[in-house]
Amino acid sequence: MLTVSGVAEKLGLKVVVQGDLSEIVSGCYVSDLLSDVMAHSKDHELWITLQTHPNIVAVASIKGISALIITNGRNPEPETIRKAEAEKVTIMMSSNTTFDLAGLLYTMMKDSQPPQAGLS
Amino acid sequence: MRYYKADLHIHTCLSPCAELDMTPRRIINSALGKGLHIIAISDHNSAENTEVAVRTGRDEGITVLPAMELTSQEEVHVLALFSSTENAVAMQEIIYDTLQSGSNDEHSIGYQLVVNESDEILDYNKRLLIGATSLSLGELVKNIHSFGGIAVASHIDRGHFSVISQLGFIPDDVAFDALEISCAMEFHEATSQFGSYTGIPWVTSSDAHSLGDIARRYTTFLLNEPSFDEIARAFKGKRIIRWGEE
Repeated sequence: MLTVSGVAEKLGLKVVVQGDLSEIVSGCYVSDLLSDVMAHSKDHELWITLQTHPNIVAVASIKGISALIITNGRNPEPETIRKAEAEKVTIMMSSNTTFDLAGLLYTMMKDSQPPQAGLS
Repeated sequence: MRYYKADLHIHTCLSPCAELDMTPRRIINSALGKGLHIIAISDHNSAENTEVAVRTGRDEGITVLPAMELTSQEEVHVLALFSSTENAVAMQEIIYDTLQSGSNDEHSIGYQLVVNESDEILDYNKRLLIGATSLSLGELVKNIHSFGGIAVASHIDRGHFSVISQLGFIPDDVAFDALEISCAMEFHEATSQFGSYTGIPWVTSSDAHSLGDIARRYTTFLLNEPSFDEIARAFKGKRIIRWGEE
């Protein structure tokens, strides 16, 4: 079973705020529109975004996101970090673009699962 | 006191997405023809057509508020209304310093015309006015307030460039003075969808990009006079604001 710490290690992500790194990762959602993430992300998914506003923590928390990954080397706002610490939401950073990171993650997740099985 | 009709969100030919005949003079003529008393000139990330608009409005007998529709780092649009062109231009300095670099491609994005009171072109603005600034939404609203301005969350019902589309919900710590509902949404729909955002005034406006759009939506204010200060009092709950129920 893939976990947040496993993903962080394999993709060389920088953990900015450490929540529960043993959380399982069932999939991933990629979007920069928080309204869209609220509508379509699922429990235990990773969420890849460029957004750094404190609201990402609230959305991640509401939706049961396992960890947030901010791409392109963008830094979360100080208030975002503070809220994530309070809510124990894991935030990781990548210097990759969203496309590259999603590609790496997709390949990794595909390899770690039998083709027909659900990802949970 | 009496009721004044206000359309507080109108783009001029300085916005690349607006029609080229959206000159301040033509906008004012159209607004007068449609019975408006107050308008705001709100181009994307620039106030370069506000001075001529305010002056022309004064000559023609309509209140013109200098404004800008600003873009935060999260690509949230915020309508910023100011008491004077000086304040709008001072805010514009901060916007130009933080606006993403790059120049406007007139062929694919559109012309950004700075004009005079006779509809003559004075300049082609080359900045990437449709771009985003590096200011977070909170910083942007604080800056607007530091210049005595009013910050209105633009078209919160729209699926893009609105605080709700970009950030999922309105953050508690962002001190908007009002929320704008676009002409795409009726009052009763807004009430059912955004009814949880109480304690903050709602307005509606045309977000006009062409002359025909002007006053397709407007907000009615009960004021002592058609001025920025009175609008500001209305947004503080001291004057009556109406739309959709008339």
